[in-house]
Amino acid sequence: MTVQTMSLLLSAAAILLLAAVFLRVRALAHAVEDYAPVQGRAYRMRAIAFWLMVLVGLPISIWLLRDMPYKADVTEPQIVNATAAQWYWELDREEVSLNRPVEFRVASMDVNHGFGIYDAAGRLVAQTQAMPGYVNRLVHEFDAPGTYRVLCLEYCGLAHHGMLTEVIVSQTGGNDG
Amino acid sequence: MAEAYATAGAKVALADRGRLWVTLYLAATGIVLLLMMTLGLLMRLAQSDILALDPALFYQMMTVHGTGMVGIAALGGMAVMWHFLSAHVRLHGWALGVNLALFLAGVVAILAADFLGGFGGAWTFLYPLPATSGAAWPAWAAALHLSGLLVIGVGFLIVCLEIARAIIAGYGGLGRGLGWHVLFANSTENVPPPTVVASTMVVIVTTLALTAGAAILVMSLINIAFPEIQIDPLLAKNLTYFFGHVFINATIYMAVTVIYELLPRITGRPWKTSKVFLAAWTLSTTMVLIIYPHHLLMDFAMPTWMMAMGQVLSYVNSFPVLIVTGLGALAILHRSGIRWDLISTLLLISMFGWMAGVIPAVIDATITVNSVMHNTMWVPGHFHFYLLLGLLPMQFAFMIYLARGEDVTPQGGDMTAILYLLFGLGFVGMFLMGGWASVPRRWATHLPEWLIWDQIASVMAVGVIVLATMFVLKFLTRMPRILQEA
Repeated sequence: MTVQTMSLLLSAAAILLLAAVFLRVRALAHAVEDYAPVQGRAYRMRAIAFWLMVLVGLPISIWLLRDMPYKADVTEPQIVNATAAQWYWELDREEVSLNRPVEFRVASMDVNHGFGIYDAAGRLVAQTQAMPGYVNRLVHEFDAPGTYRVLCLEYCGLAHHGMLTEVIVSQTGGNDG
Repeated sequence: MAEAYATAGAKVALADRGRLWVTLYLAATGIVLLLMMTLGLLMRLAQSDILALDPALFYQMMTVHGTGMVGIAALGGMAVMWHFLSAHVRLHGWALGVNLALFLAGVVAILAADFLGGFGGAWTFLYPLPATSGAAWPAWAAALHLSGLLVIGVGFLIVCLEIARAIIAGYGGLGRGLGWHVLFANSTENVPPPTVVASTMVVIVTTLALTAGAAILVMSLINIAFPEIQIDPLLAKNLTYFFGHVFINATIYMAVTVIYELLPRITGRPWKTSKVFLAAWTLSTTMVLIIYPHHLLMDFAMPTWMMAMGQVLSYVNSFPVLIVTGLGALAILHRSGIRWDLISTLLLISMFGWMAGVIPAVIDATITVNSVMHNTMWVPGHFHFYLLLGLLPMQFAFMIYLARGEDVTPQGGDMTAILYLLFGLGFVGMFLMGGWASVPRRWATHLPEWLIWDQIASVMAVGVIVLATMFVLKFLTRMPRILQEA
């Protein structure tokens, strides 16, 4: 299951659960009960929700930090220098090998751009920003051969939507350069 | 912790001395909202490949839509907060008048810069795009747009300073406005009611946001005039997103005062200031200022600790919203014996929209998710969720409350609110589906495989606009009477 699908399902489940609570409150609002017991139950629910979020949710959020993409430590990566400009990409290498880490060194010659890699099915698989004055290092290992598209993911001016290029992933991977 | 002190909605202590301005704010909010919604529909139709729109015009419209919506979110939110706060502290209405004049001057400048000058740098005006447009727009257009924003920011700053002055005069300091004397020293004197607590938080964070926004605007203006004077792009981005994140969140915190004030009047149950409530607002005050790096998770040059903080604290920041204000609103309504009508249903929807919109936002603030969701349609999906279905229903409820002469007895009309919810869910749902399908945001033209989400969204947008027009018209048609009373 992709991260996108997991995110969608998780969001949908949580929103539906919340909607069920709201629908119940709406359905029962016409009934009359003293506020004190209702408030007491709400305080208990609030305490349960709080401790669930602290004891379960917070550790999960911290645990998810283990996969941060910022300082990927890899040996002998294939290096691709990717430079953005209004409104095109310059890659010094267009073909890379399968199942070997690729380090994209992403920079910009003018304004902010976004370097988004899309697989053959049109699914975004990795990204980083391209910023003038900085080189962002994005490490990604392709596990399927094919033609991957690079789309600009940061608004950069009037031809933003025309900023596309391609990276070919193959068994041989072209020249390591 | 069940100690409770001040009660919201028990009585109105002071008259709203800015009533005329509040009414004009809401009228401007309603009219601009409908215009901006129409621009949004046109953009979705263009992305649907139904309407042929020149990309340059699309991006100009996108810039006006984003900037205009943030502007009216603040204008309408300020009207709500001012009205209810003026029952608790003595405010000077001239500040609202000055702000409205500056706001309208700024709007004229922005419209001229964008539609006449061709500026299309988005609401984010990310440095160095205003000055480096690839010859798409002249320098004067960029300078005029940024100057317009600066003028609008100065206006809101004046109002914030006036509100801060009034809270300090009424409660003895901003710390006391947040109820720290109750929270940390167990005092029971001069306990701030919920509206004062929320307003104190708003002026603290909004003042800081506007200062950061003004700083990057002035720096960008200098760069336009003297291109050899450059800014660190990462610093510029931090300032822009700090301003944008804090300011748009503050607009919701302004408008949420309608929940604290009207639900007690509708149900006859008080909303009291408790220590948990105060702790939640203090937490929110801090969190909203420090979680903005979640907008920069794909800027790998940022310090890693800030990214980690952006992820974890974004999650923590949802606590106060989800379990204090949200549960508090549900508790007040539960088995309260009320009959649903338009106002109460809009308020219920607003709490749902706010709480539900937080869910995809928090998920997107997870770095591994952000790697494949950032700057896709998922992002407008979650912020439209809590603005369209959270903030706007609060503002609509307030408009209708004033249109009904501040009468909260049930008068029907809840089906229109439910229809608004359904069309709104369909509309934001298509953004989220677009994010799931990796559709990039801010693209004037879409690939054929993405059109289905755009086309369904366009249909839903028509429904949203029709219903929003009905709500706004309810207010506008009663305006003469409201102004007479003012």
